[in-house]
Amino acid sequence: MSLLKWTRPLVLLTAFVAAPSASAQVDLTGMWNPQFTEDQPERIPGPELLDYAGIPLNDFARKWALAWAPDRLGLQEHQCQVHTAAYIHRGPLALRIWEERDPQTQNITAIHMYTSTYEQNRVVYMDGRPHPPEYAAHTWQGFSTGKWDGNVLTVHTTHIKQGWHRRNGIPSSDLIDLTDHFVLHGDAITHISVVTDPVYLSEPLIKSEDYVRNTNPNGNWLWPCEYVNELPGSDRAKVPHYLPGENPFMDEFRSKYKLSLDAVLGGPETMYPDYMEKLKVAK
Amino acid sequence: MTAKTIPALTLAAAAAFFALGPAPQARAQQAKGKQQAKAAAKGQEIGTLKVQGNVYMIVAPGGNVVVQTGDWGVLVVDTPAEGASDAVIAEIRKLSSKPIRYLINTSMDHTATNAAISRAGAPITGGNLGAVAFDNGATIVAHENVLGRMSNVPEGQKVPNADSLPTTTFNEGQKEIFFNDEPVLAMFQPKAHTDGDSIVFFRRSDVIAAGDVFDMTSFPKVDLAKGGNIEGVIKALNIILDLCVPRHEQEGGTYVIPGRGRLTDEHDVLEYRDMVTIIRDRVKNLVGKGQTLAQVKAAKPTYEYDARWGSTTGPWTTDMFVEAVYKSLGGK
Repeated sequence: MSLLKWTRPLVLLTAFVAAPSASAQVDLTGMWNPQFTEDQPERIPGPELLDYAGIPLNDFARKWALAWAPDRLGLQEHQCQVHTAAYIHRGPLALRIWEERDPQTQNITAIHMYTSTYEQNRVVYMDGRPHPPEYAAHTWQGFSTGKWDGNVLTVHTTHIKQGWHRRNGIPSSDLIDLTDHFVLHGDAITHISVVTDPVYLSEPLIKSEDYVRNTNPNGNWLWPCEYVNELPGSDRAKVPHYLPGENPFMDEFRSKYKLSLDAVLGGPETMYPDYMEKLKVAK
Repeated sequence: MTAKTIPALTLAAAAAFFALGPAPQARAQQAKGKQQAKAAAKGQEIGTLKVQGNVYMIVAPGGNVVVQTGDWGVLVVDTPAEGASDAVIAEIRKLSSKPIRYLINTSMDHTATNAAISRAGAPITGGNLGAVAFDNGATIVAHENVLGRMSNVPEGQKVPNADSLPTTTFNEGQKEIFFNDEPVLAMFQPKAHTDGDSIVFFRRSDVIAAGDVFDMTSFPKVDLAKGGNIEGVIKALNIILDLCVPRHEQEGGTYVIPGRGRLTDEHDVLEYRDMVTIIRDRVKNLVGKGQTLAQVKAAKPTYEYDARWGSTTGPWTTDMFVEAVYKSLGGK
């Protein structure tokens, strides 16, 4: 047996082990529970009305939100509306992740994510397939493809339904584009999302949440929502909303926290630390 | 690293790594999104999508063409713009080699290539003799107001070819066809986009062809000259909502194919219905205060919806929509 015959497999093996980070991947499988210490007031009790601060919304979104009446969620077809992929990590949920592998190559072909509470299944295709055409239907979780950036799983999602950037009336359009990054730290995952919205955001909206591994993942909350009209005699075709200038909650939040109207109405400026100085001057 | 230390690091990492980097990329994505939206709005793509059951959607210039296939033949809802019929027939032939038996028009605005699509098929009536003896194409079904308006075209406008006229019309309620083991209902929607609108409900496939009462590329076209009215559009949207049953968490189940634009389900119709109703309410409030059309336009009652649905150019501008709503509600 020649030396070449021995060295060729060795060289191949060395090349494989030292492959560039693009092919590196970590194991995200398991059950993960969110930590609500970050942005807790928005995530658990829920955002207050007329608190748009920190969201890079544009004037179209602001006007949309000011016309939004919470009663709209009581309309029967709105009752079972769930969060989009761009918002769902903010909500109460447990996240289960598992892999799907090609039986012949053992390459990962898809990563599945199940978010309890809303019973939402998200498939992140890892096989390089293209996104559907523009005219395909949109869903709450959209269509996702993923890749490994070193040890970070980066997911690109399109075809997401109209929803909200914050659940107090700030709309997200059906043209949003979402990039997620899942970063593993031992038994914790940091999730970072970057949302662009050509209709309702002036700048990308960047959020982050943290998960810790749940080693006793037996609890699964199901929510098979079925809507119903529980208000006899209500006008089926009526849509609750506020006419321009008639939102009754205009001063509630800003008075409570002694903030200027400009601050609570949000916009890209309110995302940045510099805005704190402006607030001090305004006071 | 403990879980408790992560949030602070997360914010710093997010700010440093992503906030500085992706802004230009994000802007490009936004621009791309707008381009895609405009391209979709113009209906430049021709493509076919299986919806569910026996029903397909062909995206074509002039609007969506809906195709139902089966052992009995092909049923088509609406026709594309002039010049696109050959491409649409070629798409239909990829789905089925059976003859086109029915063509249903949801309104007069989707009849541009009726003759070409009909002639690519043959009626059931007369069997294998009828098509040869009478040289007829597929049966064309529409509300009688479609036939009436196509037969009485205002002076100066193009007179439709006789081959493009509906051959089976209905007056009130709905036209029922049982085809390919499926009830197909053409349901009249009075005074909506025009006075001859129908939505077509494929009851077994659970798909609705909505026609122009629901347009995912623009505000609804309310054609007052053809008997349209904003109130009728809202009623039609509410009827579509009543027919829809979502599969799970307000998603899937019944699918709705709009006159133009992407495939949708109940939630998309719901958001559109909400928008049109809110704009109607705003204009109604201003009309009630005696405001003129110019004052109503200046109040921008469509403002927050303009970036997604509005247009300052083309055949259906935001100004035209506001004017149609204003006049629908009795504004002088």
